[in-house]
Amino acid sequence: MIVTRGLACQYPGGVRLTFPDITVPQGGVLLLRGPSGSGKSSWLALAAGLMRPAQGEIEVAGQSLGSLTPVQCDAWRARHVGFLPQKLHLSPALSVAGNLELVYFAAGLKTDAAAIAAALQALGVDGLSDRRPQQLSGGQAQRVALARAVLLNPQLILADEPTASLDDGAAGEALALLRTSAQRCRATLVISTHDARVVQALPQAQVLELDALREVRA
Amino acid sequence: MKLLTLSWRYLWARPLATVLNLLLLTLGLAAITLVLLTRAQLDRAFERDLAGIDAVVGAKGSPLQLILSGVFHLDVPPGNIPLREAQALARDARVAQLIPLSLGDSYRGFRIVGTTHDYPAHYGAQLARGRLWQAPMEVVLGHQAAQATGLQPGQSFAGAHGLSDGGGTGTHAAHPYVVSGVLAPCACVLDRLLLTATESVWEVHEVAHGQHEDHDAAHEDETREITLALVRYRSPLAAATFPRHVNTTTNMQAAAPALEITRLLRMVGVGADVLRGFAAVLLLTAGLSVFIALWSAVRERRDDLALLRMLGAPPQRLAALLLCEALWLAGLATAAGLLGGHLLTGLLGYLLAAEQSLPLTGWLWLGVELWVPGLALTVAALAALLPALGAYRAQAGQLLNSR
Repeated sequence: MIVTRGLACQYPGGVRLTFPDITVPQGGVLLLRGPSGSGKSSWLALAAGLMRPAQGEIEVAGQSLGSLTPVQCDAWRARHVGFLPQKLHLSPALSVAGNLELVYFAAGLKTDAAAIAAALQALGVDGLSDRRPQQLSGGQAQRVALARAVLLNPQLILADEPTASLDDGAAGEALALLRTSAQRCRATLVISTHDARVVQALPQAQVLELDALREVRA
Repeated sequence: MKLLTLSWRYLWARPLATVLNLLLLTLGLAAITLVLLTRAQLDRAFERDLAGIDAVVGAKGSPLQLILSGVFHLDVPPGNIPLREAQALARDARVAQLIPLSLGDSYRGFRIVGTTHDYPAHYGAQLARGRLWQAPMEVVLGHQAAQATGLQPGQSFAGAHGLSDGGGTGTHAAHPYVVSGVLAPCACVLDRLLLTATESVWEVHEVAHGQHEDHDAAHEDETREITLALVRYRSPLAAATFPRHVNTTTNMQAAAPALEITRLLRMVGVGADVLRGFAAVLLLTAGLSVFIALWSAVRERRDDLALLRMLGAPPQRLAALLLCEALWLAGLATAAGLLGGHLLTGLLGYLLAAEQSLPLTGWLWLGVELWVPGLALTVAALAALLPALGAYRAQAGQLLNSR
């Protein structure tokens, strides 16, 4: 569940962004829409605890993020947030399994090889664990990145432009996988997008339009 | 996944850079190990061989040459001195002990030294087999000489004229030596010598030169020579007057080993300093290379590091990841550098042993070698400092803005 009240963030130089209040139930889907610079990335950063709100409050799965110290925010994010970046960012230095092991490294947890195998199997890429990311097709890489995002059964999954540069077929498949994976771990799914196909593919999702909300303080 | 495992995998993700950095670090550390081992063993050998010898008396010439030939048996002696004059010095009130040494022959590169039983006693030598010589033409072998020649008590051999292997001008086949014993290893100059009575040397050479039979014993003592004498003072005060007395009132010279060896070490020390400086430059280069490699790794892996931050890794864990990579390099280079340094020292020792020169071994571990890992860790840690800071500052937010 995500609840925001009077949420705003501020950048050096006085640029301030304010966001409308919203409540997304646990397991729900939220689409962040808006043109470049409208604040989609900032909203994701606030929801991930990477940025502290300049004003207002954001609560994720009952945790008020503004009350956490940076160290606590890191620990909270490691356990409760899954992230699917637009460019996937699979490390070429590591195998597919190694890329998933990074989740445990980041969280300071002991690697669970069985959980990794299960996550890869759930996404249909279980035979690729020893391959390098550069040996994967685009679709395979996206599935591996998604497996990484859901490995610790997060309560919140943040997906940043997951369909950008995908054709219609691949975009549909990516969204379906994302939705299914989020449902499997009962996570709230937040998708930042300006792709109209996403709205069409997820008609039940709440939409947060982030247009013309910028304020500049003198 | 553990920090060590991940840093190891990242390290070998760039195998060429890693191998080159390892090579540079290893070369520097191996050179330093070689200097440390060589210097320590040379110092120890000098100290051991010089112990209790206050002066060396021999023919006039280079005092350093006299010390090198008389104490360490590394050079040819400047000439001979009359036995009669050496005996006169032995009676000097300032002299506690005078050990005569007669050189001139060798066997398979090992010097045959005519002397008295005082010489092995001076170094506290113990017999491993047989007994000390009891008559002329009996010989006792040092440990290394016995091993190299394979001679056993009871066997005989003919010495060659000259002091170096292959440098002889003929053998004294008519006057064979008989091995009476073999010394236990003493880690001193005796290990590579063949010891016999002074009379043996006279017998071989006087017969060779047609002397001996036509002269009576008294006349023989008048004309006989030895090569040099090792002198131990009765009191340290003798150091102030004895050498001057010998140098000004006789046709001989007295050289103080401590002074000459200090001079020698100063000369050798320049070479050691050059090697040490070279090793330092290598290490500095390696440090720079490690820094460049880690710095470019941070740049290449900016997204990886940002992703790790996004996944919840605290900044200090990312900095530790980079430091750990550097420490892996340091650890591997330390092992390879120490091994390389010991192998090089062993090789140098092998080459010197073939020349019957100073003993040097690679199979020796010194406390001072603890500096090597310390140095490697310092270089690696310094090289990793800025890259680790870069990793520490990795921002997860850049993943959200990268298009």
